[in-house]
Amino acid sequence: MENITQAIHGVPLNHYILLSTLIFCIGVVGVLTRRNAIIIFMSVELMLNAVNLLLAAFSVYHNNASGQVFVFFIMALAAAEVAVGLAIIVMIYRNTHSVDINVLNKLKW
Amino acid sequence: MTLSLFYLVAFLSIFFSLLVIFSKNPVHSILYLIITFFTFTIHYILLNAQFLAIVNFIVYMGAILVLFLFVLMLLNLNKDSEPLKSNLLKIIGVIGGMCLLVTLVGSTKALHLSDPVILQAQNLGLVKNLGKVLFSEFLLPFEVSSILLLSAMVGAVLLAKREPNNA
Repeated sequence: MENITQAIHGVPLNHYILLSTLIFCIGVVGVLTRRNAIIIFMSVELMLNAVNLLLAAFSVYHNNASGQVFVFFIMALAAAEVAVGLAIIVMIYRNTHSVDINVLNKLKW
Repeated sequence: MTLSLFYLVAFLSIFFSLLVIFSKNPVHSILYLIITFFTFTIHYILLNAQFLAIVNFIVYMGAILVLFLFVLMLLNLNKDSEPLKSNLLKIIGVIGGMCLLVTLVGSTKALHLSDPVILQAQNLGLVKNLGKVLFSEFLLPFEVSSILLLSAMVGAVLLAKREPNNA
C-alpha cells in the first residue's frame, strides 16, 4: 500500500479541482441535453460523485478526516435519493408509458 | 509512473463520463457509468481513502447502479422510444455547460492553488480512524441519516405500490 500512496505525492490540488469541475460540468450538460428521466438521474449521480472526489481530495490535503465522513453521508443520501427517485420514475412510467421528461411539463406551471 | 497513474485514471473517468451522456442506448449508458465509478474507486485508493473506496465499490457499483439497471430492464425501454431533443436545445445545453465550466475553471485559476496533495497521516482514510470520527463528532448526523434511510425506504415502497382501487 505504501508505494501506491506515494503515487499521489506531487499531484497538485488544482488538478483535482479541475477534474471534479470537468466531471460536474459533464453531469450538468447531461441533465440539460437528455430527455430520458433515467439518464438525467444518472447525470445527477455523476455530479454527486465529482463532489465526493473533491471532498476526499481536500480531506487528504488538509489532513482532516471530516471530509471523508461527509462523503460517507453523501453516499447514504444518494442511496435514499435513488430509491425514491426510481420509485417515482416507475410510477410515472406506469401512468404515462413513457420516461420522457417532457410528459411532465405540467410541473412547470 | 507516479504522476502518470493519476492522469491516466483521470483521463479514463472523463472519457467514460462523456460516453455516459452521449451514448444513445440507456443500457450502454449505465454500463459506462459503472466503469466511471470504478475509476473513482481507483482515485480513492490513490488518495489512500480505503474505506471510501470499498464503500464506493459496494454501494455505488453494487447497489445503486444495479438498481438503475433493474429499473431500466423492468421498464423495457428500447432505444427508439426516447424522442430526441431538438438540436437547438442540445446546443444551448452544451453551451450552458461550457459557460459553467469556463467560470469554474477561471475561478480556480484565480485561486493560485498549486500545492501538491500530500498524505500526512497514513491512517487518515482507514476504517479505524474514520469510525472514531464518525461515532464521536458525527454521532447525531449518523443517527439522523438512519432515519433518512428508513423514511426513504417507506417512501419508495409507498410510491411504487400499485393503488388497489384503480389497479
